[in-house]
Amino acid sequence: MNPRNLTAFILCILMAGCGTLEKISEVGTGLAEATGTITPEQAKSINKSAGAIDKASESMTPEQEYYIGRTVAATILSQNKPYDNHALSIYLNTVGQYLAMFSDKPETFGGYHFLVMDTPEINAFAAPGGLILVSRGMLRCCKNEDALAGVLAHEIGHVELNHGMQAIDKSRYSAAVTTLLAEGAKNLAGSNVAELTKAFEGSISDITSKMVNSGYSRKFEFQADKAAITILERAGYSPTGLISMLQQMEKNLKPGGHDFAKTHPAPQDRIDELTKIIKTPPSMTVAARQARFNENMRGL
Amino acid sequence: MHKKRFFMALGLWGLLTGVSFATTTMSVQVNKADIRETPSYLGKIVTSLAYGDKVTVQSQDGAWLQVTSSGQSGWLHNSALTKKNIVMKSGAGAQTSASSGEMALAGKGFNSDVEKQFKDNHKDINFAPIDKMEKIKISISDLQEFAKEGKLQSAGGAK
Repeated sequence: MNPRNLTAFILCILMAGCGTLEKISEVGTGLAEATGTITPEQAKSINKSAGAIDKASESMTPEQEYYIGRTVAATILSQNKPYDNHALSIYLNTVGQYLAMFSDKPETFGGYHFLVMDTPEINAFAAPGGLILVSRGMLRCCKNEDALAGVLAHEIGHVELNHGMQAIDKSRYSAAVTTLLAEGAKNLAGSNVAELTKAFEGSISDITSKMVNSGYSRKFEFQADKAAITILERAGYSPTGLISMLQQMEKNLKPGGHDFAKTHPAPQDRIDELTKIIKTPPSMTVAARQARFNENMRGL
Repeated sequence: MHKKRFFMALGLWGLLTGVSFATTTMSVQVNKADIRETPSYLGKIVTSLAYGDKVTVQSQDGAWLQVTSSGQSGWLHNSALTKKNIVMKSGAGAQTSASSGEMALAGKGFNSDVEKQFKDNHKDINFAPIDKMEKIKISISDLQEFAKEGKLQSAGGAK
């Protein structure tokens, strides 16, 4: 292919990608207008917005991600009650929010927040937008603050890399976009919320099912571990804390359990990958760090 | 001749993708963004912006962007900003941005109305713990003190 044809070919692909939904919209509104479902003015309004919504469908807005994250976290908590310990909650949020400042995505719509789930199972979930849930069982795998930081940095890594949102089936996006197209016709507002809620419920189900049942791919887990190492090194924690946590997790995991045993790569596989990329030596024990860790983890 | 076409195509690609931050307008994509005096979370807060507010980017220092907004100048982390034109209302504004092809439907799609409908459909799902956890925000000065006490020597990333 000569350069002129190649340039034309690339431009055609770009234009085709942007124009598809607009064309579908025009066909749809033409039919609706002909059958009297909407007025010509409404049809004009919908067609004018279609190009913009086509673009918007490429990614959810941070605001939408925030509402999805809230509901994903609430849905997970319907099965795992929060652990009621205010001091621990403040400590967990201090470590977590400190770490989040060192991620590549320190800012999210609603910020990073952390909660302990009252279950002995070994689990941790990162809902889109930065709501992170960690079980008592997971905290028991941590023997020091660096190990705890490793757990939280891994979950921040999932948020930073948008892994939760990628679990949403593409059909939900098209359902949401179709409904938004109709929003140009103001008299459909009530039914729009019901239609959008269906797409919303589907999105929540896609994410929670991925997190709780099937788990992310090994690739995503290793990516989150790699992001965690970067965060830990920037923040001044020893990344080897994550390895010591995984060694303890290996001992604590029960084969066949419905927790990390089911949804994550084996701890030893993660350790093998981590040792390839960790360059820094283990840090010396810092007395004040260990003391506050012991104090806050007491009775867990 | 071929070289000229190549550079024209490259220029077109640059226009389409908008690869540079310099002197571009961006929108705040988080609920609240604090503009700081220096490119660091330790910098004094000059002013706070809301979701959808526009800023003009002047310069860049790592992941931090120097911006101006309503006559005030300071620094924001790039994750708080998007090049998408966030439009807060439908109607005329939406149509304007339709022609530019850069629209995020602020306030549209999955929003508080949809969450309310979801709550009505799923009364067994309790949002109170979520509202409670979202209220926990550790201040920068407390985080500084926490790092100092734990001898955490931070390097790179957020300064």
